[in-house]
Amino acid sequence: MTTLTKTEDSPAPTGADPFLSVRDLYVRFSTEDGIVKAVDGLSFDLERGRTLGIVGESGSGKSVTNLAVLGLHNPKSTTISGEILLDGQELTGAREKTLERLRGNKMAMIFQDPLTALSPYYTVGRQIAEPFVKHTGASKREGRLRAVEMLGKVGIPQPQTRVDDYPHQFSGGMRQRAMIAMSLVCNPSLLIADEPTTALDVTVQAQILDLLKDLQQEFGSAIILITHDLGVVANTADDILVMYAGRAVERGSVKEVLQSPRHPYTWGLLGSMPRLSGDVEQPLKPIPGTPPSLLNPPPGCPFHPRCAYTGEVGGDRCSSERPVLPEGRGGACHLTAERKQSIFIEDIQPALG
Amino acid sequence: MSNDTTTATADAGTPLRDAVPGTALLEVEGLTKHFPIYGGFPVKRRVGAVQAVDGIDLAVHEGESFGLVGESGCGKSTTGRLLTRLLEPTGGRITYNGQDITHAGRKQLAPIRSEIQMIFQDPYSSLNPRQTVGSIIGGPMEINGMNPPGGREMRVRELLETVGLNPEHYNRFPHEFSGGQRQRIGVARALALEPKLIVADEPVSALDVSIQAQVVNLLQNLQRELGIAFLFIAHDLAVVRHFSQRVAVMYLGKIVEVGDRDSIYNRPRHPYTHALLSAVPEATVTAARDGEGRERIRLAGDVPSPINPPSGCRFRTRCWKAQDRCAKEEPPLIRLGGNREGHLTACHFPEEPTTAAREEDVILDPALLAAEKGTGAGSAGPVGKVDR
Ligand SMILES: Nc1ncnc2c1ncn2[C@@H]1O[C@H](COP(=O)(O)OP(=O)(O)OP(=O)(O)O)[C@@H](O)[C@H]1O
Ligand SMILES: Nc1ncnc2c1ncn2[C@@H]1O[C@H](COP(=O)(O)OP(=O)(O)O)[C@@H](O)[C@H]1O
Ligand code: SF4
Ligand code: SF4
Ligand SMILES: [Mg+2]
Ligand SMILES: [Mg+2]
Repeated sequence: MTTLTKTEDSPAPTGADPFLSVRDLYVRFSTEDGIVKAVDGLSFDLERGRTLGIVGESGSGKSVTNLAVLGLHNPKSTTISGEILLDGQELTGAREKTLERLRGNKMAMIFQDPLTALSPYYTVGRQIAEPFVKHTGASKREGRLRAVEMLGKVGIPQPQTRVDDYPHQFSGGMRQRAMIAMSLVCNPSLLIADEPTTALDVTVQAQILDLLKDLQQEFGSAIILITHDLGVVANTADDILVMYAGRAVERGSVKEVLQSPRHPYTWGLLGSMPRLSGDVEQPLKPIPGTPPSLLNPPPGCPFHPRCAYTGEVGGDRCSSERPVLPEGRGGACHLTAERKQSIFIEDIQPALG
Repeated sequence: MSNDTTTATADAGTPLRDAVPGTALLEVEGLTKHFPIYGGFPVKRRVGAVQAVDGIDLAVHEGESFGLVGESGCGKSTTGRLLTRLLEPTGGRITYNGQDITHAGRKQLAPIRSEIQMIFQDPYSSLNPRQTVGSIIGGPMEINGMNPPGGREMRVRELLETVGLNPEHYNRFPHEFSGGQRQRIGVARALALEPKLIVADEPVSALDVSIQAQVVNLLQNLQRELGIAFLFIAHDLAVVRHFSQRVAVMYLGKIVEVGDRDSIYNRPRHPYTHALLSAVPEATVTAARDGEGRERIRLAGDVPSPINPPSGCRFRTRCWKAQDRCAKEEPPLIRLGGNREGHLTACHFPEEPTTAAREEDVILDPALLAAEKGTGAGSAGPVGKVDR
């Protein structure tokens, strides 16, 4: 497919080969109703030691993308095409054995709900030690010591005793810490955190996000942080990828995207968030309409049925021509750069408070 | 214990019902719920109790939105379930429209049931997996004999649209939706009966910002135009601020601070309120990154167990201002000097009424402290501030 899309739709060249590079990723599910185009030509890069925040509405393909990177889709009902290069190694079409070796070792995942990922039948320590023993060939005793060390690192008090607890003996925040300990136990170079704090209280969320940042400094991992909360991204990530209908619609540094967003969908996300400093008399500004069906995504720009600016583009371009996401910083939208800037400054920014 | 609080409140001459004009639709005094814990072998006996809600006072006025915030396990949902009488209170009194419903039976509650609706927290367990979306949302209308103009199916389709779902999904089942989409179904179901008071337990927590904004605006319209009162339970402080005129902060079964929106968000006095506000991630680069603007407080660990709550002030195990007195004496919920009317705080050593950045961050979390000490020396921003 298409060297064309490849060159059009890729992030800025950074000189060195990025640690994780995703190109033209397509993920499709066959269902009774038809083919679900969950990821539709997605490209992004991630360097070591950096955090990429992937934001977007529910159903925009964030989790599907990352399950594809981890090789966790059911091959029977899933079609994946494109390139996923992890440290130069091709992961699409890699054998299950290869992927299994990489998971928990080179790449690890933190799930939204630690209870579904932790088994109730084994102690927390045993579950943290398991990937370590499996991937390093360490002894059981070494595994246990390592588990104690990791529990200490993530701030569990008295790790020597708590290592023998079962998950149900931990509170929600402690379980999430145990999950983080489990995913970091083999020093993974890529950590994928899918809504890691969504189920947590704000005070614990703040602890966990700070902890992830600090551990990243120590381990130098690359992190993909999936979230729907732009506040979480603002605090934690270096770069942002905004997804809509299985595609990247905007990308840039946190500062660039939050201070001068270049896509009407990103404007919509920012405008709909209540803020601690916002004007309570102003109603929130939700994006009209609903996210599109991925069985039959809208032609052209997938955002056009909800977009207020199609008239500015003129003709039927928005509904017929798919806008391209430029290299590096940018947004996939037919509006001119000047127009985007003036709309943001005049119409969007004043309402953000 | 709970009596202390009640008396002190009365002594200060600022009962909650005076805080805002309008009649109290729902009033609560000394509300308590202790869940017994059984244990022992071979004969099971009562070995203790989870003090989920321990003597709270509050009043929700007609047409107002009253926000309830606090961490997981602090008793928000239990309070909600007590008020809707899905749970039997252990102590205290609940009055709805002047009628004591604390221990009201099924029959007595029947006429009230459709007036007080509840939106639940858990989008998975609150939806019947065998029912279509259409019958989940239309069911309560049918049971209550509601026949909206255009028919129930059309109303259901409208409701689907309002909560951001495709009306064509009328015949689908819950498992065909994502977590976020499932929660929207629950919101639509509660809206169907157009009640007088909605106890909304985390109604928008699982929703995307944009859909959340639609639902908050929608609930706000219901509150303003139809005069529906809300007890709005949420952990998202920005959403609560947007939606609620008055807010109560709960910690381990107690209300630790309550007041009008401005007092709670801009002039908080309780250390816990400060900690909660400082933990909110804000989508602004300057505030988040340069450590300017708001204070940074990181508590240690989670909320302690409500089975054996700390003596005196329950927040003392995580409080940076705690002193001996805090362990001995429970602080009463009172109006402190300088607080507005109706702004009550339960603390012996309250904070300054500001949320501006402090000279030093308050970092109590041992892992963070270790990590920040270890790597913080050369790094910029908030991390470096710890050592100053
Ligand atoms: N196994 C599957 N079979 C069919 N469709 C699927 C499957 N998994 C996901 N989808 C669809 O793919 C799209 C993207 O799903 P995904 O779970 O990635 O969304 P998300 O952005 O993570 O949303 P959320 O925040 O709700 O988890 C959705 O339309 C979803 O319904
Ligand atoms: N049926 C029950 N039996 C025992 N403990 C309970 C029960 N329901 C709730 N609790 C406990 O009561 C406390 C408050 O719970 P809840 O009100 O659900 O908290 P939240 O603020 O998260 O909604 C928690 O410690 C919880 O575990
Ligand atoms: S391309 Fe057109 S429809 Fe899409 S975001 Fe830009 S203006 Fe809106
Ligand atoms: S009473 Fe003491 S422990 Fe409780 S919040 Fe106030 S200072 Fe902290
Ligand atoms: Mg997801
Ligand atoms: Mg709850």
